[in-house]
Amino acid sequence: MDAIFLQILNGLDKGGAYALIALGLTLVFGTLGVVNFAHGALFMMGSFCAVTLNRIFNISFERVSETEVDFLGNPLKEKIPYLQQWFGADVSNFLLEWSVPMSILLAIVVMGIVGVIMERGLIKHFYKRPHADQILVTFGLAIILQELVRHYFGANPIPQSAPDAFAGAANVGAWIGLGDNVIYPWWRLIYFVFSALVIFGVFAFLQFTTFGMVVRAGMQDRETVGLLGINIQRRFTIVFGLAAAVAGVAGAMYTPVLPPDYHMGMDFLVLSFVVVVVGGMGSLSGAVLAGFLLGILQSFASMNEVKSILPGIDQIIIYLVAVIILLTLPRGLMGRKGVMED
Amino acid sequence: MLSTFTRNDWLLLIGFAIIILVLPWALQPIGAAYPDLLQKIAIFGIFAIGFNILFGLTGYLSFGHAAFIGIGSYVSVWSFKLLTMNVLPAVILSVGMAAVFAFLIGYVSLRRSGIYFSILTLAFAQMSYNLAYSVLTPITNGETGLQVRAIRDSAAVSLRDGDVRLIDQAMGIQEIGVPITNFFGMKMSGYPGFYFCAVLLIICFFIAMCITKSNFGMMLKAIKSNQNRLNYTGIHTRPYLISAFVISGMYAGLAGSLLAVTDPIAGAERMQWTASGEVVLMTILGGAGTLVGPVLGAGLIKYAEQKVSSWNEGILHQAFSGLPDGLQNFFVEFFSFFVGEGWHLTLGFLFMVIVIFLPGGLMEGARRIASIFRKQRTDKADEANAVGQPAE
Repeated sequence: MDAIFLQILNGLDKGGAYALIALGLTLVFGTLGVVNFAHGALFMMGSFCAVTLNRIFNISFERVSETEVDFLGNPLKEKIPYLQQWFGADVSNFLLEWSVPMSILLAIVVMGIVGVIMERGLIKHFYKRPHADQILVTFGLAIILQELVRHYFGANPIPQSAPDAFAGAANVGAWIGLGDNVIYPWWRLIYFVFSALVIFGVFAFLQFTTFGMVVRAGMQDRETVGLLGINIQRRFTIVFGLAAAVAGVAGAMYTPVLPPDYHMGMDFLVLSFVVVVVGGMGSLSGAVLAGFLLGILQSFASMNEVKSILPGIDQIIIYLVAVIILLTLPRGLMGRKGVMED
Repeated sequence: MLSTFTRNDWLLLIGFAIIILVLPWALQPIGAAYPDLLQKIAIFGIFAIGFNILFGLTGYLSFGHAAFIGIGSYVSVWSFKLLTMNVLPAVILSVGMAAVFAFLIGYVSLRRSGIYFSILTLAFAQMSYNLAYSVLTPITNGETGLQVRAIRDSAAVSLRDGDVRLIDQAMGIQEIGVPITNFFGMKMSGYPGFYFCAVLLIICFFIAMCITKSNFGMMLKAIKSNQNRLNYTGIHTRPYLISAFVISGMYAGLAGSLLAVTDPIAGAERMQWTASGEVVLMTILGGAGTLVGPVLGAGLIKYAEQKVSSWNEGILHQAFSGLPDGLQNFFVEFFSFFVGEGWHLTLGFLFMVIVIFLPGGLMEGARRIASIFRKQRTDKADEANAVGQPAE
């Protein structure tokens, strides 16, 4: 029982990341009808927003130290961040420690702008082209984005740390009366809650605002909405920016779990496409459901007990599930009728 | 089937064969005439021709073709280890095995079309890649890659570290040092290796031509242009699609096998989905659906890969040495993004530029330029006619 509960918990944070990326993919697909292979790269860029913010906080100048000397008695040089110089050590350390959560703000702004530019500059010209062309051009864009990141940040993963307040593990088992065996890192718990909040926010935005209503109407029937005198194109562009921002914050918050490197986008992209297909093309709730479901399935498959019966199952479970789902339920778990069926 | 070949087709085939066979001399001026690169061009030419039979003719975009390359490589190296260093059994076994896997994967994947088909093939390729790195390490030797070793002296040595080579031993072939692949005694490294690949490339090109000209090829093109209509006329399209998928899988298996023939080592990185992306790029760069295009694309990409990734800032400084210092530094700074390690960046840009501006690939571009010239000529001819005949 404990082990099962722990595996469910383990799947939640990864599932959260899958669900956030898949949500963005589905939003873009549902509104613009574009298959975006560069969405994983947006996730990756979001995580590098966290790295960048950390580096910005760390910009420092050198000065001769007053206390430290080397063994000959010469004063050593030390690096002082500008932040420390301006605001004092307390503020500087606080900002550095909380750089990952604060990078959410940076990621929302940067990725939103990147998304809008991408849509206006490139995707716009591909609405009417075949899906193969869309896949290929966004695949090329993903390569470019990832190589640019590699050029500036290098090929090695750059570990980021969570704030000290969330270091260590939470004794989840004690909360629900399962004993002390079920402990779970705080940050992953935070990530799950965070992703649930973001998903809830996106759904609420689409469900309860006029803007969201128009967008949903546009997803159903774009032409009619246009005939009613609404500039649906501009709203869809904003939705693309929103999807990019969601992928961005998903990446930024994920950095303490997985140190970002330049090709993590591609790794997550393949998985999130599988998630979208399992959930059903064009179904937002399907994408979220499938994201968490596959995350949990994957963590179950990596249990030692399961692996001893079916060796290697943890490596292929997601793809296997995708193949089975696609062959038995052609529309995915919650796919709508008439989406991508030609 | 051959009766449908017109004179132009024969000319194309002969011209293609001659160009491929004289490549070692023809590529001398641009510094590409070394066996390693020539082998790669020929091998990936085969791969791209095969991919084109599926993508170019039927329009089904597979993102998992690299899996067959991997299967071909592994089967070949195992054939070297267990049977003989002669390449013939290796090639035949690889192609056969690739066909079996292509049938299995194709049978499942081709139940869906469009993007679902792409995702399914991608899923299968990723599965094979992940398995090759984890559970199948006894067969694939994981990250180290599968290599040919000396013949083992006792059964205690595991098959991965010592080879058996039953046929070679039975025939009493002596081995000195590291065993080298051969074709009935002819060593398969350097130029003989290239010519082996080149002859196979020409044969593959011929087969692809036959397929394109045949009724079967027409049926595949019909599937691309309107599958629904075919279904309504009572034609069951899946057998055709599966055959096309298996054929293109066999081409990929052959390419993988040849990779192992020219350099007897097999690694799982060949199966990664970026490798599948590369062959897609080769095909669309040259021109999907054309015969020569994929080979052209493969050659260009492999050549550019070798060249661009070997350039560094020193070479750039030389290239721009005629410019004033400030401008020179600017250009060098700018282009140093794209060379050396930045080769993938160049690849990405190439990908986007081709898809955006020239979806038909280079062959389409050549056709457009040719049609411009033809138009000019007919215009001139019209003018000449106009001069000759006074206006009425």
